[in-house]
Amino acid sequence: MNTTVTRNPCKLCSPLGASLVFKGIRGTIPLLHGSQGCATYIRRYFISHFREPVDIASSNFVETTSIFGGAKNLCEALENINEQYRPEIIGVATTCLSETIGDDVPLFLNNFLKKKGSETFPDIIFVSTPSYSGTHMDGFHSAVKSIVEYYSHLCESADSSFFGDRSEKSVAVFPNFVSPADIRHLKEIILDFGMKPVFVPDYSQTLDGVSWNKYEKIPEGGTSRENLMSLREASFLLELGNSLTGMDSAGKFLESKFGSKNYGLGLPIGIDLTDDFFNSLKIISGRKIPEKYIAQRGRLVDAYCDAHKYLFGKKAVVFGEEDMVVSIAQFLCEIGVIPVLCASGAKGSEMRKALQQLSQKYKNEIVIRTKADFVGIEEEAEILKPDFLIGNSKGYTLSRKLGIPLVRVGFPIHDRFGASRILHLCYKGTQELFDRIVNAIVAKKQSESEAGYTYM
Amino acid sequence: MENVEKVILPDGEMIKEDILAKYPPKVAKKRNKSMVFNDPSKDQPIQSNVRTVPGIITQRGCCYAGCKGVVLGPTRDIINLTHGPIGCGFYSWLTRRNQTRPGPKGDNYMPYCFSTDMQDDNIVFGGEKKLKEAIQEAYDIFHPKAIGIFATCPVGLIGDDIHSVAKEMKEKLGINIFGFSCEGYKGVSQSAGHHIANNQIFKHVVGLDDKKKKGKFLINLLGEYNIGGDAFLIEDLFERCGLTLVSTFSGNSSIDQFANCHTADLNLVMCHRSINYVADMMEKKFGIPWMKINFIGANASAASLRQIGKYFDDKDLYQRIEKVIAEEMPAVEAARKEVMPHTKGELAMIFVGGSRAHHYQELFAEIGMRTIAAGYEFAHKDDYEGRKVLPSLKVDADSRNIEELVVEKDPERYKLRKTQEELRKLEKSGVRMKEYDGMIPEMVNKSFIIDDISQHETDMLIAKYKPAVFCAGIKEKYTVQKNGVPMKQLHSYDYGGPFAVFKGAVNFYKEMDRTINSRVWGLIKPPWDSNPEITATFVLE
Repeated sequence: MNTTVTRNPCKLCSPLGASLVFKGIRGTIPLLHGSQGCATYIRRYFISHFREPVDIASSNFVETTSIFGGAKNLCEALENINEQYRPEIIGVATTCLSETIGDDVPLFLNNFLKKKGSETFPDIIFVSTPSYSGTHMDGFHSAVKSIVEYYSHLCESADSSFFGDRSEKSVAVFPNFVSPADIRHLKEIILDFGMKPVFVPDYSQTLDGVSWNKYEKIPEGGTSRENLMSLREASFLLELGNSLTGMDSAGKFLESKFGSKNYGLGLPIGIDLTDDFFNSLKIISGRKIPEKYIAQRGRLVDAYCDAHKYLFGKKAVVFGEEDMVVSIAQFLCEIGVIPVLCASGAKGSEMRKALQQLSQKYKNEIVIRTKADFVGIEEEAEILKPDFLIGNSKGYTLSRKLGIPLVRVGFPIHDRFGASRILHLCYKGTQELFDRIVNAIVAKKQSESEAGYTYM
Repeated sequence: MENVEKVILPDGEMIKEDILAKYPPKVAKKRNKSMVFNDPSKDQPIQSNVRTVPGIITQRGCCYAGCKGVVLGPTRDIINLTHGPIGCGFYSWLTRRNQTRPGPKGDNYMPYCFSTDMQDDNIVFGGEKKLKEAIQEAYDIFHPKAIGIFATCPVGLIGDDIHSVAKEMKEKLGINIFGFSCEGYKGVSQSAGHHIANNQIFKHVVGLDDKKKKGKFLINLLGEYNIGGDAFLIEDLFERCGLTLVSTFSGNSSIDQFANCHTADLNLVMCHRSINYVADMMEKKFGIPWMKINFIGANASAASLRQIGKYFDDKDLYQRIEKVIAEEMPAVEAARKEVMPHTKGELAMIFVGGSRAHHYQELFAEIGMRTIAAGYEFAHKDDYEGRKVLPSLKVDADSRNIEELVVEKDPERYKLRKTQEELRKLEKSGVRMKEYDGMIPEMVNKSFIIDDISQHETDMLIAKYKPAVFCAGIKEKYTVQKNGVPMKQLHSYDYGGPFAVFKGAVNFYKEMDRTINSRVWGLIKPPWDSNPEITATFVLE
């Protein structure tokens, strides 16, 4: 049933996505311009997923701020953050409150920096993220783009000797909303191709850190300011995520401005998409694909063959962030599972296109639902009778109702441990995902077998 | 607090100076007033319920969170419809761990999140039409008894009138529909939201059903939110004592209970902060007296039960209460004996809520631990210093915009439960009605009291005192643990609990023992850092 009311949403709000990106930039404190509840709620969600400290500041609107505008609060917040944290960067994102009253934040920031002196104050990067348009992924991509634009303007005025050794090939990577483990893995791969990667963002350390001997105000890690300034020097740009093809993305911006080639690829999950990814790296680097990845690919294909008996003809419901959904659906088609329903809370026009192509290619009937909510997913799932679900923790209710396993991917995962370390990407990540899917199917079969087989 | 050992503590005044040194002068001045280094011989005022300084990372939530998440969250059969963009609804969707028991036939909408999911065009052209459609749909799907509409930040700003929509739809659908103007920017913390929530329930639900429950001793429990199943233990205890619970605000509650709560003869106030005004209003309107009780801590629970006994002054009730206490205490004593050698003399810090930071000190004291620093996230001055300060409280701009209901005696439903004479007699026997002394008088000498503690202050306190355990919420959890200090969540109980009354106390003692004495804290430093010579060891500890 199509409803006006959203029942159990399958999307989060845009300031969340922006905050995540800022967490992946070294020495950055995100600042949400609006009610303190936004920062508190978003921190709460990140913290229960990543299980790490996540400091996000707020300009703490009260009623009078909402009436007279947030300039004063914003300036006060910037000063206080600077005093307490001494950050390198403050990432300012708006909320629906400041957007609705029409605060002109760029103007406020301009005035503030004029007064304070922009030389001595940390960089302030601004991104507009009204939560009444788009999803957390729109906030994510907008923040990436804002950061890239900010430093491309800055570096235009910088001395060219700043950029160091140009003989080394560098790749700017826009990895999309993936796990810290995914970012670490992508980094390893690019380094193995002999290139220097710059990730925007890189929260692989800030949101999956070690235990500390000494308290750190801002956790170590994240993409450095220097690396952000060097983005224009990147030999190549690598942008992951199918939805970015239809968007005014950071990669496209850098390509048009500085001429480095932008490779827009789907999130590398499954053989086909990861092959594309490695092929691109091969072309970019001019090197052979390292043996270790050939072996990973070989093992993955071998596993596909071995587990085919468990998976063939099984049906899955895939839901969550649109780019994750598209890539997982493609991977499922590869292994003989039919993604009978693919859903996202996003508007998802690119997702729809990609899934339609997939449906034609594999001759699978795929129900595609954009702007979906979980009750809608549930209604469809009851008819489609899937064997398992793949998506975030919010699918648990459905999994419980249908009595089928939920393979957890994406965000948020707050009912299992180790979300930061879930590897989804490339041959190795696919392998882990694949093993988890097979075992979920086998475990269900086993627990339902009357004989109580120990061999499955 | 007889079990507390003497420990040598760092100089609190110096620590305070260190903390404040990091702030710009104006902020330092403001924060200084929210920190008290306790000296019980003096009357020390503390600043609370004031705006959080922008950019200071607070643990506070917003008005909407307090209204929808905290107060109405645990009520199972009112459909909670968030009117706003998607984030607010998503974040408040089954995130607090309040449990409920709807029974085989009862409605339970707690697992659902309903939102109007406002889009750009709703912000520009108004969202009332969409809200009406959403109410209609929620009704068509579930046919609930009631629907509550919760306003988020943009709603008040664009001028959507949720109350007139509620009224219109109420007339159309014939069910109870009411709105909460709990926009996130209202008030200074979630406390404003509690107030708005309670006011609306009082206005739109309380008193609608005069059917009286069977039972001799009818009570309401106010300010108990059934985190981790606390309410189930309390309910069990009441039943065994022969007390009949009419309504709980709002742990394990249903709208029907709110509707006839005015038939009870005594209100028990657990969380003073979130609900004392409801107790006052119920006294004024219906004549129900109230007393502050505390069911956190075995001793406190026993004392609270005995107070209730005295109020009703019934021989049979006294006996049943004593019998229940006698049944419960052996397990409590056994657990205490078991953990005490591992916990005695250790330091605890508690920074939560509007009452828990006070109540949980009981539990720590029972296992010989000392609460060296505590503070509330969203409490007011009376929760720190007691109700004696109420007449002197000034109403500031942020409190003024939270409606104060004008309540009068209900001509039909008002019933005097206790005469002034009887109340005086009760007072003489040690039962204090309508009183709460707050947290500060019960704290030990040289302890720290900090209101609305910031991340920076938390870090400093931990560094200076190295407490054995720090209690707060999920947002502080990993920050504290990165410092090598165990952390216990007292909002959600770390997915454990229950911790209320006697069985809960046993759970808590054991959990503290495990938390504080876990071997994991010894693993942080690798052996090669302290003993570079050692290459291998065969000796198992």
